[in-house]
Amino acid sequence: MNTSHPIGAAPEYTQPLLYLDGVTVSFDGFRALNALSLMIAPQEMRAVIGPNGAGKTTMMDVITGKTRPDTGSVFFRGNTDLTQLDEAAIANLGIGRKFQKPTVFENQSVYDNVLLALKTDRRPAKILMAGESQNERDRIEEILGIVKLTARRHRLAGELSHGQKQWLEIGMLLAQEPQLLLVDEPVAGMTDAETDATAELLREINKTRTVVVVEHDMTFVRALDVKVTVLHEGSVLAEGSLDHVSSDTRVIEVYLGR
Amino acid sequence: MIAEKLGLFRSRLGWIVPLIIMGGTLLVAALNLLLPPDAALHVPGYVIALLGKYLCYALLALSLDLVWGYVGILSLGHGAFFALGGYAMGMYLMRQIGTRGVYGNPVLPDFMVFLNWQELPWYWYGFDHFAVALLMMALAPGLLAFVFGFLAFRSRVTGVYLSIITQALTYALLLAFFRNDMGFGGNNGLTDFKEILGADLQLAGTKACLLLASAALLSGFYLFCRRMTRSRFGKVLVAVRDAESRARFLGYRVESYKLVVFTFSAVMAGLAGALYVPQVGIINPGEFDPANSIEAVVWVAVGGRGTLVGPIIGAILVNFGKTIFTGVLPELWLFALGGLFVFVTLFMPKGVVGLWPSLMARLAQMRERLGYQQPQHQPEAEE
Amino acid sequence: MKRLVRAIALLVCMVIQGHLSQPAVADAVDDSLAGFASTSYADIEKAVAALAATGDPAATAILAALADGRLAYTADKAVFIKNEDGTLLTARTGEPLAGEAPFGLKPVKVNNKVRRAVDAAMGQLTLSSTDPAQRLASAEAAFHAPDPAQLAPIEAALAKETDPRIKTELEQARAAMILAKADASDNDKVAAIAILAARGDQDAKSFLNAAANQGSGRVAEAANAALAKIDRTLAMWSAAQSFYYGLSLGSVLLLAAIGLAITFGVMGVINMAHGEMVMLGAYTTFVVQEAIRNHAPFLFDYSLLIATPLAFLVAGGVGMAIERTVIRYLYGRPLETLLATFGLSLFLQQAVRSIFGPTNLEVGNPSWMSGAFDLGGLTLTYNRMWIIVFAFVVFTVLMLVLRRTSLGLQMRAVTQNRRMAAAMGIRTAWVDTLTFGLGSGVAGIAGVALSQIDNVSPNLGQSYIIDSFMVVVFGGVGNLWGTLVGALALGVANKVLEPVAGAVLGKIVVLVLLVLFIQRKPRGLFPQKGRAVES
Repeated sequence: MNTSHPIGAAPEYTQPLLYLDGVTVSFDGFRALNALSLMIAPQEMRAVIGPNGAGKTTMMDVITGKTRPDTGSVFFRGNTDLTQLDEAAIANLGIGRKFQKPTVFENQSVYDNVLLALKTDRRPAKILMAGESQNERDRIEEILGIVKLTARRHRLAGELSHGQKQWLEIGMLLAQEPQLLLVDEPVAGMTDAETDATAELLREINKTRTVVVVEHDMTFVRALDVKVTVLHEGSVLAEGSLDHVSSDTRVIEVYLGR
Repeated sequence: MIAEKLGLFRSRLGWIVPLIIMGGTLLVAALNLLLPPDAALHVPGYVIALLGKYLCYALLALSLDLVWGYVGILSLGHGAFFALGGYAMGMYLMRQIGTRGVYGNPVLPDFMVFLNWQELPWYWYGFDHFAVALLMMALAPGLLAFVFGFLAFRSRVTGVYLSIITQALTYALLLAFFRNDMGFGGNNGLTDFKEILGADLQLAGTKACLLLASAALLSGFYLFCRRMTRSRFGKVLVAVRDAESRARFLGYRVESYKLVVFTFSAVMAGLAGALYVPQVGIINPGEFDPANSIEAVVWVAVGGRGTLVGPIIGAILVNFGKTIFTGVLPELWLFALGGLFVFVTLFMPKGVVGLWPSLMARLAQMRERLGYQQPQHQPEAEE
Repeated sequence: MKRLVRAIALLVCMVIQGHLSQPAVADAVDDSLAGFASTSYADIEKAVAALAATGDPAATAILAALADGRLAYTADKAVFIKNEDGTLLTARTGEPLAGEAPFGLKPVKVNNKVRRAVDAAMGQLTLSSTDPAQRLASAEAAFHAPDPAQLAPIEAALAKETDPRIKTELEQARAAMILAKADASDNDKVAAIAILAARGDQDAKSFLNAAANQGSGRVAEAANAALAKIDRTLAMWSAAQSFYYGLSLGSVLLLAAIGLAITFGVMGVINMAHGEMVMLGAYTTFVVQEAIRNHAPFLFDYSLLIATPLAFLVAGGVGMAIERTVIRYLYGRPLETLLATFGLSLFLQQAVRSIFGPTNLEVGNPSWMSGAFDLGGLTLTYNRMWIIVFAFVVFTVLMLVLRRTSLGLQMRAVTQNRRMAAAMGIRTAWVDTLTFGLGSGVAGIAGVALSQIDNVSPNLGQSYIIDSFMVVVFGGVGNLWGTLVGALALGVANKVLEPVAGAVLGKIVVLVLLVLFIQRKPRGLFPQKGRAVES
């Protein structure tokens, strides 16, 4: 809690949806995360920025259960400690993740990709018996509409363009109906028009869900217009509006070099 | 519609494979049983046994395709499950020999009398009942696969590492079954079978029945696998194969899916082994040889993995080639097999079945040139 | 050096002793010789004992002649030795007899009883021989068949003996005799037990067992205590022996696996034909030996030295050819690589089978590889020892190649970041080929060593491939030190389990443990860490 100073966005009385408390991860002596503490309030959208190696992706890994921290804990909805759970359990709790590199099931159709992501009981025995209900079909069509892939629903996901894959992955996140979306560099490799549309999409999603976006693209972060957390060497360097953090001398130093 | 719900009839082609298998074996069996031996179309008895053997291999290949082609687990130890099922059947057949053995002991098989054993080891109890033996044919390989898979998948051993430890598994079993004091006949294995379910194994009718049973089992499992892989469950499997961590982050417990399929596949392999034993008349530790398991992988690769029908074709083709080669030029067989491994991986990564779409594409091109209008079609591996 | 000094001192001692005692014994020798001029066996027997007691240098030749029936005497009690060619020697001096053969020469009569006396006397005489090796041999003989009647000569020899090794042996022989002697005092027997306990081998145990069964209370007690102590020592030695066997197996595994550690560990290529590279090395050794046998037999002892670089070149060359024609096209597809290289292994096996036949070939051991030596309670065979040495040399050289040469530098660069390496002007494709060639070549060298302890047949490689993979995976991929530790640990574990569980079961236990281990630590003993590994 030493570096976290919630400014403005999160009212004091709400319980945070996600709370990282002193999380440290090291690889071979290199500290990817150094006593990182962070709070995300319900319904918040947060942008996380930072130079390469600041620990952004590692932070995502810790939250989603891919990496176990050496010390510290991660609480979701108050008292569920995520560090004790595996990826599947965390996903089923309602945390969705989009990877930096778009990861979809390339050998399956766009439709099937969304179908696989739909919120259901994921246990093998249930899935073995499950068909597709009309409700589910409608929901898939709805999501395909949102991410503008309706026309390509029978294409193999591997045949989509880079930007379309990014959107398909976001669509899959929506299908999961998570409470919290972790989105890693959603506009990498997108055209300006696609970037704008993505910002619009994320804002739309944020109306019902909490979103954490990791991004390099400052125009995109500005377009999101949300509270920004700057990570540096595995801990929080500054937090606040984009204008606030970009006037911070330490941030300038980190980004422009000493 | 019920039919539609089952998903079996979504494509007529789903039935073609079992129809060919069942029709072909029925015809062959009829030609063997009904025609006099001197008739031109009479099929000799050894062909029946040979075909039965091929079909058991095809079932083994199918089971391997389910784990390799759909979940991405390259098991180099499936021969172990095959052999375990075979041993379970062999134990039943040994008990059926009764007093007709060389030593005439009503309870103990010959090799135990030879080793001066006084009584039946506990794990041989019950094998005189076919129901118990049948249970064990599925249970022994299934249980081994379950325990092994539970440990391996839980600790996320994947890819080549998994392949190597599956190979070590069958190697360890190979060493174990060579031991006389394991109580499975040591080096010589189990042989000299007399009858199965009261039917004399030497009779042409029994052999034909075994062939038909193999064909039926293969067809049944083919249809089941086809249904399973095309269901939502099958889509999850392919998702696990192609992007394991994506599937995890979607909330699928990958290890459970792998475990279910691996165990089911082992049971299939075990049943294939069980039907194999009465048709070849012997089961010995050589079946655990890691080389056998790898050879089975090549059947799948030759036919085309992830297609279900491919491995069946592959197993039959390669083994037919083996029969021909070892008859004519035995020294050349390993050259041919070795060359096949290299050729298929380098030049035919999708196998024989994979040649079909490219053939169709070429045909479409030709038609286009001739001025036909061609509806857009998407390449699909299976049909 | 020490030994030389001791030998000189011994020699000087004997010369002085010889000079001093010469006149005194002379009469005794003459007296005993006179005893041979008799027709009574009893007299002759007495003469044998008397002559032996003098310890005269001439006695051996005289007794040997007697046993052969070549000893003769005249009426005036002069004794002669008859040579094979009929010439006569004066027994006392050993000088040829000048002039006519004396009149009335009669052979000295010999029966079995006399022969036995001669044998005993000979043992006694060799105890005082000037040759230390002979003395040692006879002391050992006395120990193995202790005869209480021989106690006196043993004690006499003990008093004179200066060589500590022979002295120990004599003391032990004396102790064995005391234990066998019915009327020896308990104190003497207990002291003897202490001496035998110090010897601590199976022979000592058998004497002690006898003492434990027959001796009086105190003696039996001491014997039992000594037996327990010996058992503990023997158990320790046998554990050490198991450890040595384990080390030896471990170094074989190291040799077989280290090439794999390069191709699999460093390049990530699953080469199922690795075992066949080992086999090719073994067959190269065979061909080299055949050539030497036919054309230059004097070089035989150097055959392995000649075969080593050749095996490296043959296996390395085949490896490079495989990389260029097959593996190159399968990078990034490990499972396909596995299948293709398995096919290659079948191909190579059959090729060798077609050329050399399916049977085991005879590859000889050079003289410096045969035999064994004892170290304490251990028996160390030379071939195993040299293979241990060889394995460590190969390991060190390989380490140096990877750490100190530009090829090694380029290899590490390519494995760490292929694109960056390419950008810096390293010809990555060529480095791949060379790396694979190096790994295969080392496998070939392993084949030279394995040809010395295993059957050279087309299946040679197969028996090592699974173990080799296990070693690499156990040790941690991409880490040569891990391979070293993995190989030695697996070797020792195998051999230590063997006496407990039996050879096959031991191997199964190790395999099962290994499978469990990999499941607990999928990245092996010494895993590579960091983000790079995750992807």
